[in-house]
Amino acid sequence: MAGLELLSDQGYRVDGRRAGELRKIQARMGVFAQADGSAYIEQGNTKALAVVYGPHEIRGSRARALPDRALVNCQYSSATFSTGERKRRPHGDRKSCEMGLQLRQTFEAAILTQLHPRSQIDIYVQVLQADGGTYAACVNAATLAVLDAGIPMRDFVCACSAGFVDSTALADLSHVEEAAGGPQLALALLPASGQIALLEMDARLHEDHLEQVLEAAARAARDVHALLDRVVRQHVREASILLGD
Amino acid sequence: MLKSKTFLKKTRAGGVMKIVREHYLRDDIGCGAPGCAACGGAHEGPVLEPQPLDPASSLCPRPHYLLPDTNVLLHQIDVLEDPAIRNVIVLQTVLQEVRNRSAPVYKRIRDVTNNQEKHFYTFTNEHHRETYVEQEQGENANDRNDRAIRVAAKWYNEHLKKMSAENHLQVIFITNDKKNKEKAIEEGIPAFTCEEYVKSLTANPELIDRLACLSEEGNEIESGRIIFSEHLPLSKLQQGIKSGTYLQGTFRASRENYLEATVWVHGDNEENKEIIIQGLKHLNRAVHEDIVAVELLPKNQWAAPSSVVLHDEGQNEDDLEKEEERERILKTTVSEKMLKPTGRVVGIIKRNWRPYCGMLSKSDIKESRRHLFTPADKRIPRIRIETRQASTLEGRRIIVAIDGWPRNSRYPNGHFVKNLGEVGDKETETEVLLLEHDVPHQPFSQAVLSFLPKMPWSITEKDMKNREDLRHLCVCSVDPPGCTDIDDALHCRELDNGNLEVGVHIADVSHFIRPGNALDQESARRGTTVYLCEKRIDMVPELLSSNLCSLRCNVDRLAFSCIWEMNHNAEILKVRFTKSAINSKASLTYAEAQMRIDSTAMNDDITTSLRGLNKLAKILKRRRIEKGALTLSSPEVRFHMDSETHDPIDLQTKELRETNSMVEEFMLLANISVAKKIHEEFSEHALLRKHPAPPPSNYEILVKAAKSKNLEIKTDTAKSLADSLDRAESPTFPYLNTLLRILATRCMMQAVYFCSGMDNDFHHYGLASPIYTHFTSPIRRYADIIVHRLLAVAVGADCTYPELTDKHKLADLCKNLNFRHKMAQYAQRASVAFHTQLFFKSKGIVSEEAYILFVRKNAIVVLIPKYGLEGTVFFEEKDKPKPRLIYDDEIPSLKIEDTVFHIFDKVKVKIMLDSSNLQHQKIRMSLVEPQIPGISIPVDAPNMDIKEPERKKKKREK
Repeated sequence: MAGLELLSDQGYRVDGRRAGELRKIQARMGVFAQADGSAYIEQGNTKALAVVYGPHEIRGSRARALPDRALVNCQYSSATFSTGERKRRPHGDRKSCEMGLQLRQTFEAAILTQLHPRSQIDIYVQVLQADGGTYAACVNAATLAVLDAGIPMRDFVCACSAGFVDSTALADLSHVEEAAGGPQLALALLPASGQIALLEMDARLHEDHLEQVLEAAARAARDVHALLDRVVRQHVREASILLGD
Repeated sequence: MLKSKTFLKKTRAGGVMKIVREHYLRDDIGCGAPGCAACGGAHEGPVLEPQPLDPASSLCPRPHYLLPDTNVLLHQIDVLEDPAIRNVIVLQTVLQEVRNRSAPVYKRIRDVTNNQEKHFYTFTNEHHRETYVEQEQGENANDRNDRAIRVAAKWYNEHLKKMSAENHLQVIFITNDKKNKEKAIEEGIPAFTCEEYVKSLTANPELIDRLACLSEEGNEIESGRIIFSEHLPLSKLQQGIKSGTYLQGTFRASRENYLEATVWVHGDNEENKEIIIQGLKHLNRAVHEDIVAVELLPKNQWAAPSSVVLHDEGQNEDDLEKEEERERILKTTVSEKMLKPTGRVVGIIKRNWRPYCGMLSKSDIKESRRHLFTPADKRIPRIRIETRQASTLEGRRIIVAIDGWPRNSRYPNGHFVKNLGEVGDKETETEVLLLEHDVPHQPFSQAVLSFLPKMPWSITEKDMKNREDLRHLCVCSVDPPGCTDIDDALHCRELDNGNLEVGVHIADVSHFIRPGNALDQESARRGTTVYLCEKRIDMVPELLSSNLCSLRCNVDRLAFSCIWEMNHNAEILKVRFTKSAINSKASLTYAEAQMRIDSTAMNDDITTSLRGLNKLAKILKRRRIEKGALTLSSPEVRFHMDSETHDPIDLQTKELRETNSMVEEFMLLANISVAKKIHEEFSEHALLRKHPAPPPSNYEILVKAAKSKNLEIKTDTAKSLADSLDRAESPTFPYLNTLLRILATRCMMQAVYFCSGMDNDFHHYGLASPIYTHFTSPIRRYADIIVHRLLAVAVGADCTYPELTDKHKLADLCKNLNFRHKMAQYAQRASVAFHTQLFFKSKGIVSEEAYILFVRKNAIVVLIPKYGLEGTVFFEEKDKPKPRLIYDDEIPSLKIEDTVFHIFDKVKVKIMLDSSNLQHQKIRMSLVEPQIPGISIPVDAPNMDIKEPERKKKKREK
């Protein structure tokens, strides 16, 4: 077997997308009534659910309270049925912990935490189906959930992954593309200001190519922003009709 | 853009896993036909022609595009590559299938697609909304793909009709599968087999010859007798290899005996590294270089490598009995310990066929269209081809590709690819030997040339950044006469502190060849410059090799300098490397330099510099030899060419002067210094060169040979080998030492390039240096360019790039360079052999003294020192009574009638050109002295050349 051709000469990827194209994104806000905010997102076959509680009083040890800002608590888990082979532990493993930390960093940068000192904001994210770009899907879902909860933020946080194949940057990698083993970069962007909330890559990539990949990820994140923005506006419109304004 | 989404489910063997993949269907994929309103500007790149008129086919007179299926692409790529075939639609389905099944064909089809003039268009049908098909229940993947191809063909026809009805554009489906064709016609798609279509191209009858003959019916002429046993299927082979019943290895046919081959078993298994295969049936249709599976025979059937030289000369296919008789010749009794593992080929894991050069042996029947083709490479079997142009192809060098080898056929079937030209024509022969050795020799493409600096060129301010100006130094170069690609120059001067400063300046090729561009890629592909007798195949374009990079005298040139400070004992005190600009003061030949050193009258700067260098070089050489470096010898010849006809008029063995070794010594020193430096800086990805110590068994022949002359050769270390070679002198036989050194050279392993991160044995055996690389000839070796780049980064003169620090890429590069170097060497040898033939053709018959190098069962291999020529003297001839031959393997000696031949014996042979076989005109040697009645020929025998054709005729009548 000759292996998988990630990018054909005609410029099509394995699933038929072009290099810069995103997968199909569908999202919904306010999926649960109990939580303060919730959202569900599908990015291709990657599906994630985010739930937000807060801001509320610190739970557990009060010593954790921060005097000047709110504590952001993020928990990541992924369903046992989310991957091809059934997972043993849904959460608590190293990978989940790391993902939780990354989400926390991302949202500490985006939420205006100084408005709620000595309080806590909980963000729970669960991946129902994983097909590449789980971090990006989690961030995008969590953004919608935080918005749904009405917690003030600097801006949307939009995330997207990007890879590098045959001197071309590919946006929004699917599982097949990730598994091929090339470099993969995850970027969380505040689109209005162009600030980067989180940038992560753990493979080797020559620095000459970094800019190109970064640019592709940023462009994809802006595309995600346009989509999420539409979802939020749609949601607000529906909500206001229900309220009878 | 994203139209719809479907899911493909896949299960993998071993633990069922459900894999869900997205599959986007698009509506923005163009059909590739220009001026198509429906697709708009959706297509880019090379597209089909609006009115494809050129292939006038009698079957379909209307303008049409072709749409071949996978098997047509795989098997008839030679036809598709022909310039007459244009406007072809290659479906993505087809391309993917080709990719999975044959990498070489995939590469070729990609090359064709990229050629704008061919108008090949790749249609991404799998992602097109209207041509995507889903696998149906009960349908296998192959059938689905066939259906997908038909759906696409149908869509194309309807689409083109919509586009412009009056054009009558058609898409013709080409398939060799009968069922598929029937189905297509049922669905209203015009479909033909490849053969039908090609035969209908009345304007291009020559295309028919290029058709691969796959049709089973074509082979029925052969007697139904099955000659070979069946090849086992791949799955069974893999099972067998896993369980150890079969061994996998590379099949290497013997050059000297067509009924024998060895298989080099892959892996580290020590005991059965090399398996002998003897006899036609056991060879079982394997062709040289194939990867095969072998079954070992029981020990009582093991054989020894035979020392018989056998060539396949049968014209007929029915000579099987004769073959069997010949096979018996191989199996003569030999002592028990000579037996080697013997096996038989049970299956082919991978064919490594390529197009072969050679000549047509025309069939005896005048009207016959089937002819045998004899490849130039003796390791390749003859190939049966079908052609109508046999009479035009006779006596010409042609290229033929193998299509298959049925079980009932003595020879493989193939088809004609290309006509190279007249045999014996110098151009044609050069082309053949370049092709046979896979030397890339096409002129440089426009893309490559576009990266050359613009002329007139001069050193600019920018070039001088990170560069030292050494133009004031008295630098000179010493090279063989007529050398235009001068890549090294030297200087030596006394410093104020009494020490000597010695500089080696190497052309700065990496300044002009920037990493990654087309010029760089092409040079990397070529790997080395190939020197043939009257021609040079450059690695870099001539502007660089003979002008801008060549360190000619009295012009400013960029260089990479390695400068040492040494004391008068040639001990290195300091070394530094820098990019520089130099101005050579003189380009000398070895002879001129030698003259300057020797003549007492000359005392100018250049001469004193040369004398200083020479003095140091002698010390360096002595020290190197003390350490155990080997001085080996190989007979090298140089031709004096006629300046007008370029025919060789004289032959001369190379003469070595002191200055040769002077230059060599400093080049070695520079290479070693650079190797240390780059390895220090890049321990993981330095490109180095190593020369492994040969296994002791390699020396057997040398030790035996020396013993027969009562000399002892020790081979435990390089040092002891060098010493014992020095001692091996015989007062009565002064040439013996050279002969022994020639033999020792044959025992050596190949030196190879490698990446330091992938290996931990760096030792260079021949030079007795713990580390070595190539730095001094960047104009003619690509390895040196990489070393230059590494060194430039190490001294901060240039920046790095990703491929340079990727050890896997570097290892791949080394592999290619090693291959190219080997091939270049073979090509050089072949070129010398061809010119030797030309020389003896003009010279007629000569008698010369010769020494026996090897003794074989029915022949002796002799070396003629005067010409550096090696040849075989056969003692068995077809139409002569066989002499009594007794071969003794222990001493190597051969007793013929009453005369015994030992290795190194002096004989006298007659040299002449044997033109009886046009394909392999060869130098023929026959024994003159010692005289053996019936075998040796009288000193002034009548001209054999005249007799030759008669004998040939006689053979035919028989």
